[in-house]
Amino acid sequence: MAERTFVEEVKKLRLGEGETFQGEGILAVTKALLQSGVAYVGGYQGAPISHLMDVLADAQPILEELGVHFENNASEAAAAAMLAASVNYPLRGAVAWKSTVGTNVASDALANLASGGVTGGALIIVGEDYGDGSSIMQERTHAFAMKSQIWLLDPRPNLPSIVKAVEHGFALSEASNTPVMLELRIRACHVHGRFQTQANRSPDFTIDDALANPVRDTSRIVLPPASFQHEHEKVTTRWPAAVHYIKQHGLNETFPGAHDEIGLILQGGLYNSVIRGLERLGLADTFGNSRIPLYVLNVTYPLVDDELEAFCADKRAVLMIEEGQPDYLEQALASILRRADITTRIHGKDVLPKAGEYNGQVMLRGLRDFLSAAAPDLLPAPEAQPTLDIPPPALPPRPPGFCTGCPERPIFTAMKLVERELGPRHVSCDIGCHLFSILPPFNIGNTTMGYGLGASAASAFHGSKGGRAISVMGDGGFWHNGLTNGVANAVYNGDDDVLLIVDNYYSAATGGQDLPSSRAKNPLRHTNIPIEQAVKGVGVKWVRVVDHTYDVQRMKNTLTEALTTREKGPKVIIAQSECMLNKQRREKPKVRQALKEGKRTVRQRFGVDSDTCTGDHACIRISGCPSLSIRPNPDPLREHPVAQVDNTCVGCGLCGEAAHAAVLCPSFYRADVISHPNRWDRLLHRWRQGLIQRLQAWREKRLAQLPPSAHLTGEPHA
Amino acid sequence: MPDVNIATRPITLAIMAMGGQGGGVLSDWIIHLAESNGYLAQATSVPGVAQRTGATIYYLELFPEDEAQRAGQAPVLALMPSPGDVDIVLAAEFMEAGRALERGLVTPDRTTVIASSHRVYGITEKSAMGDGILDPEPVREQLRQNALRFIEFDMEATARRQGSVISAVLLGALAGSQTLPFPREAFEQAIRDGGIGVTASLRAFEESYRQAQGRAPHAQPDTTSPRPGEAAPRPEASELVALKAEIDACFPEPAREVIHQGALRLIDYQDAAYASEYLALLQQRLPLLQQEACDHNLLRELARHLALWLSYEDTIRVADLKIRRDRADRVRSEVKADPDQIVYTAEFMHPRVEEICDTLPPGLGRWVLRTGWVRRPLAKLTERGRRISPQKLRGFLLLMSVASLRRWRRKTLRYREERERIDAWLSAVDRALAISPEVATEVIKAQGLIKGYGDTHLRGLKNFDTVMQAFEHHGDASDAATRLRQLRSASLADEKGETLKQRVGEWQPTKPGQSEEDPARITIKQL
Repeated sequence: MAERTFVEEVKKLRLGEGETFQGEGILAVTKALLQSGVAYVGGYQGAPISHLMDVLADAQPILEELGVHFENNASEAAAAAMLAASVNYPLRGAVAWKSTVGTNVASDALANLASGGVTGGALIIVGEDYGDGSSIMQERTHAFAMKSQIWLLDPRPNLPSIVKAVEHGFALSEASNTPVMLELRIRACHVHGRFQTQANRSPDFTIDDALANPVRDTSRIVLPPASFQHEHEKVTTRWPAAVHYIKQHGLNETFPGAHDEIGLILQGGLYNSVIRGLERLGLADTFGNSRIPLYVLNVTYPLVDDELEAFCADKRAVLMIEEGQPDYLEQALASILRRADITTRIHGKDVLPKAGEYNGQVMLRGLRDFLSAAAPDLLPAPEAQPTLDIPPPALPPRPPGFCTGCPERPIFTAMKLVERELGPRHVSCDIGCHLFSILPPFNIGNTTMGYGLGASAASAFHGSKGGRAISVMGDGGFWHNGLTNGVANAVYNGDDDVLLIVDNYYSAATGGQDLPSSRAKNPLRHTNIPIEQAVKGVGVKWVRVVDHTYDVQRMKNTLTEALTTREKGPKVIIAQSECMLNKQRREKPKVRQALKEGKRTVRQRFGVDSDTCTGDHACIRISGCPSLSIRPNPDPLREHPVAQVDNTCVGCGLCGEAAHAAVLCPSFYRADVISHPNRWDRLLHRWRQGLIQRLQAWREKRLAQLPPSAHLTGEPHA
Repeated sequence: MPDVNIATRPITLAIMAMGGQGGGVLSDWIIHLAESNGYLAQATSVPGVAQRTGATIYYLELFPEDEAQRAGQAPVLALMPSPGDVDIVLAAEFMEAGRALERGLVTPDRTTVIASSHRVYGITEKSAMGDGILDPEPVREQLRQNALRFIEFDMEATARRQGSVISAVLLGALAGSQTLPFPREAFEQAIRDGGIGVTASLRAFEESYRQAQGRAPHAQPDTTSPRPGEAAPRPEASELVALKAEIDACFPEPAREVIHQGALRLIDYQDAAYASEYLALLQQRLPLLQQEACDHNLLRELARHLALWLSYEDTIRVADLKIRRDRADRVRSEVKADPDQIVYTAEFMHPRVEEICDTLPPGLGRWVLRTGWVRRPLAKLTERGRRISPQKLRGFLLLMSVASLRRWRRKTLRYREERERIDAWLSAVDRALAISPEVATEVIKAQGLIKGYGDTHLRGLKNFDTVMQAFEHHGDASDAATRLRQLRSASLADEKGETLKQRVGEWQPTKPGQSEEDPARITIKQL
């Protein structure tokens, strides 16, 4: 079960001819795939592509009706390899992943696919996680397109253009026997817009047809001598075929403008930002009608030389607007114009930043700098330029962190406590929610080298005499490739370090998708494969399962044992508790229902006694739970804010466990709130209350009658 | 050809929120609202890891559909907010409105800022060892200066009052601000069409709509909540009156309030005699405090810190507080329990050998602490923490018996130790007063470093000792007050005391050869 259900959205996939689709960009892509007669789809989740995978999972009935096969691939490499089905057969196939990380993983299969070429259209949808809000290294997918010769589409970020790009992507792939990548920036994936739909199409040729008529063609297999032939084919046949298709169908767009002595060449994905920049300089209107001509590269690889030559020939200067680095497009443009002996001045990363996202402000500044260099008379008077800078006040940083009640938090609380006793160690992290450990308040972790590579990234430390390193890996990374690269290889190399596998029942960071080890009963997939068995299967002897991560003491003891045991070989700890986000999504409606029906329910949550809290916040430093916050100290004599637990608390129990394990303070309490108590509850409560109140009254009276203290009876103080 | 004179521009909105605040729901409502009222809507966001408690921005642009039809072209709408180009900023938390400022999204020519005045503290504010809360006033000041319009009220409180969520309140405020060309009914219809939590959302919308229009009194952020259920001091009223009279007679007016508070706390903590003793200790210093040309702050601070130290937190005090009559009510209100719900608490307590010995007579306590064969089995017994429920008879009786040790408190090991420390501190205060009021302030304030329980308490004591030693060695230096203040803030900079060590080192360079560096450790130069 994914984090979001798309039952409503899936209905939009059924829209027919000439209807209007309103929704998110990535859903429009899904609809476009069905309209294009795709035969099989797959991929690996990860923002901003997760929703596409989730929608497909929820759209199983529609896919079955249309005869489309949907595969949850184990990794991006597996997804890319799946496209092999389009090598021999006229099957249209599409896979999707987060880029560049996914493309990195997939590149082996992609290179093989691109070498042999394809018969059926092969489309790779990459969600480019670049710029603001990105969680990965900042690189360009462009390089992969160039190195393997895969065509790269970068459509204008509106739904009609994106949908058109999907349809043309398949056709271009088929026309040039080359896989095609469709690059969507993160905001384009999540943009809400509309487009006119067409009816869905069943694939003309299905996977059943393919298996009934197997085709073998050794010239498509990457092995000498065919592999040498492939390289020549790429430049002599496939490339020209692609350029021909792009020109014939006008995939790149030229927009005229009155001031045609200059021009802008831009990646399609940046179109809206460029228009807004021009508009703010008074050089375009809201509908995109510009006074400066534009050449929009909806296909950024390959470039069409004659179109570029024609656009630039009569211009004094052009600006290449290309996000990211290196400046492949600018270099290519320079080389094209030089060969054609066109002397148009090229601007690009001289006026725009060499690196980083081109947001509205950057774009505006870049356009202005270009104009002041190339056509200063077009610039509006300086006073019309928006003022941009004010000195900002101090603001709290808000790094992402573990959710309220997250079962991974206690693991790091325990690590923190172990660190106090046994000293700091090298901690190799992986990809997943658990990577938040590197941020405050835990500040644990030294490197992260890729999905499922936590254990591998510690392999240089095998056999060190300086103490054991710890590596962390999530269940997502484990099944992605950690089992082989990390665990099996640690056994093989006689590793003596500690590996902590965080099993929260889902691929949680990407939106709670199921995995082989998920506990859910998934009708479409085979789940409930224990990680413990897999680990033992590859030869690990020392395995401990902590099936309740909130037990900080147990977690701490297990970690301590792993770090100090004399036993050789990798020490694997599997820490299991369900992702709280998913658990609450499942449990909350049930509780609400029970309350509505008047059933007895017990809600647990935590609290802090402001009377005994002294405002040191050690509890926050070893937990960092969002529901554990502070408020001004109600005590008139005290200054530092007291800790408090707000009502979003889900009662996971970490606060109390941490207070015990770390010997913090007696301020934490767990409150069990009984709704709709039964008669026995009420009776017992009344009886207890009666007695206790009487005792309280007696005590108050007695205290009032305390004899004058020792001070008055003459005992000297200190 | 472009007609740049067509002045129709999209309406641009940025929603500044944190993961889990319902920014997505709000964005969906506005899209639906616009699309059902003749506007084209484009919205986008950057979810992903930012969703997990991080700050995130939703960005929307709305454009009139008939305008597009007249032009026969679709508008080109931006996918991210740009400085100088945002009409409306909605902030679901106050400092997030500041984030909009920081990004330049608030400009005087066009931006209406609608912000909730409540604070959700960031992790650095929360995890500080003292008071790490950032001052919102500079943000408020800049918003007032830089926004075309600035609507601010505690939306979290409105949401709470109406049993709803902040996104509904923001929508109400947006409608109330009348910055969008849609009637109020259209907003409400959008909530109804959304179909989730409709009734509560509409209630919150209604209240917020009025608040945004300035018709309901704006709820001010609640910073000075009165202490709920302050335990009533038990001695008879006459004793309290006498005490009050004594304070009024002996102390200058500006300090009376805090001294009175301190005396009450000590009666509550121990007894009236203890409070009298407190007053006597203050009185002894009165001539010194008043001879200085200093204000009454010094006396107030001394009164405050002395009361805090005299009422140090021990097991007796904790047990006492946990079994009070008003405490159960406070818990009930804290966990928002309805009258027909039953609430039991489990208190997480972890008394160790140290705490047990603290409550023994000094001789016995010290003997146990240094006698391994007694201490070890005890330590074994107290290895795990305990959960005690004061609403159940067993737990209550256990806590009550601990609390009843109060009458022997003055004979315990802990009391003896604390009093020795207090007296040493007071005599340091006296010496500091002879130097300068500034230095004395620092010596007094150093007491604030001692707080908490267990390891936290030990760490505080250690830091306190460091500061006091610095005073002893260099108290008469010309920059002593500044240095001492630096040491105090360095004590609260990190748990390991590294900043403090560094600061002390700066003041008092260690002699060569005294290096504490572990030879096995190599300093790795950072790039």
